[in-house]
Amino acid sequence: MSEPQNQLPHCPVALAAALRVLPLAPLSLSLTVFSRKIAKNNPGLFQRLGEYDRTDFVLDPVDLPIVMCLNPNRGQPKVKLTRRSALGTARISGPLAALLGLVHGAFDGDALFFSRDLVIEGDTGAALALRNAIDDAELDLAQEAGVLSGPFARPLHQLIALAERRTGLCLTRPEDATIW
Amino acid sequence: MVMEIVCPAGTPAALRAAVKAGAHTVYCGFNDETNARNFPGLNFDRAEMRDGITFAHQHGAKVLVAINTFPRAGDEAIWHRAVHDAEACGADAVILADPGLLDYTARNHTGLRRHLSVQAAAANADIINFYAENFGVKRVVLPRVLSVPEIAAINSETEVETEVFVFGGLCVMAEGRCSLSSYATGLSPNMNGVCSPASHVDYRQDAGVLDARLGGYLIHRVNKDEPAPYPTLCKGCFSVGDKTGHLFEDPVSLNAEKLIPQLQKAGVTALKIEGRQRSKSYVAQVVRNFRAAVDALDAGRPLPEGMLARLSEGQAMTTGAYKKTWR
Repeated sequence: MSEPQNQLPHCPVALAAALRVLPLAPLSLSLTVFSRKIAKNNPGLFQRLGEYDRTDFVLDPVDLPIVMCLNPNRGQPKVKLTRRSALGTARISGPLAALLGLVHGAFDGDALFFSRDLVIEGDTGAALALRNAIDDAELDLAQEAGVLSGPFARPLHQLIALAERRTGLCLTRPEDATIW
Repeated sequence: MVMEIVCPAGTPAALRAAVKAGAHTVYCGFNDETNARNFPGLNFDRAEMRDGITFAHQHGAKVLVAINTFPRAGDEAIWHRAVHDAEACGADAVILADPGLLDYTARNHTGLRRHLSVQAAAANADIINFYAENFGVKRVVLPRVLSVPEIAAINSETEVETEVFVFGGLCVMAEGRCSLSSYATGLSPNMNGVCSPASHVDYRQDAGVLDARLGGYLIHRVNKDEPAPYPTLCKGCFSVGDKTGHLFEDPVSLNAEKLIPQLQKAGVTALKIEGRQRSKSYVAQVVRNFRAAVDALDAGRPLPEGMLARLSEGQAMTTGAYKKTWR
């Protein structure tokens, strides 16, 4: 229910179409490897989860035909993508733009909740812990991907910057948070 | 003299964001029941507090540590340890509510500046002067029940600095004495540091209609195109007979931005922003907004236009009790 002047960007149609046909097993494996690298670089994120460090989270980008099941697994996270509805202890749903904006600290979770762009279901305490832990971690997914890609880091960053400009999605950590 | 902006920080990242955005002072708490925002994933362990205070001091900002819940009988040592650790971490002041803890701190930590929390609900000059004379309180955070003329009257009768809320969530108007959360969950902000603890909140959305339950009680239902409020009983929407409405208060945020010049004339020292449970994005935006306002006031310029509606609960704002227009 974003106001017109503050509309969240739409997820690219091509991405949604691709995710309808791409095999999800290799994508899940890649995301698990990626999330473990992030875990290694950001141990504080998992400490901040406290009692929820083995909770099954379902992250549901409502404009994509997949959901992401994430278990922090005490710093050795497991990620699984599925096209079916998934059961978890806590579920966070919203447009991909909102979820990426939260990861990068660009948006305020409560403001997205007030505006109904974000929906929390299941264990509210777990969802809150995950949101607060991620907000404190100051993640930059592009930076993390760049570290993983070695000599291809520079072209990757250029590609991500281009994708960010074209789609309006928040793919990097902004210097100045956008108001939402 | 520029009015002091006192900003919330629920995490070390939010503290850094507040300082970078221009906060003069940041307030925060330890990750336990000693502070009134004891929510999952929030607050500071001892090492984070020490590092956060060092960072703030390096950038010319102060840090106040909120130890503003009421010690549980038999467990006072938890609160005493928090005071000790706040001083050891280099805190510029502690924010306290309980008279026993104030007395302990005044006796055992004489060099540690003491502020009186809003949780103490000190709403007249007599009680504020009592806290100053007996416990050496230097500043009081005034409860959100006072009009601007009432604040001016208090300042004319006390030497204690006054700090007032200017932005963020509003509470039922008897701070430190609210038991609504306890009725539904057994846990309260006063004793446990949690109002409507997340572990007792349950949201269900069906066909765009969002139900919020607290401790099993349905407290509000919002339709597809309506903004959602916090899941607190005081903001609940109840049906009685043939009438449905917000029994205690509407889900709106305080925004006293336009009243800053009047608050300055009333003798207020510091302006407090609520929201330790909010993100670093919120902190940075609100701090920048209010810092620009007090700088403009100090320079004799008109106040800049605010842009904070979207960050507000219910996406609506009020000047609260500062301009009393009770319905």
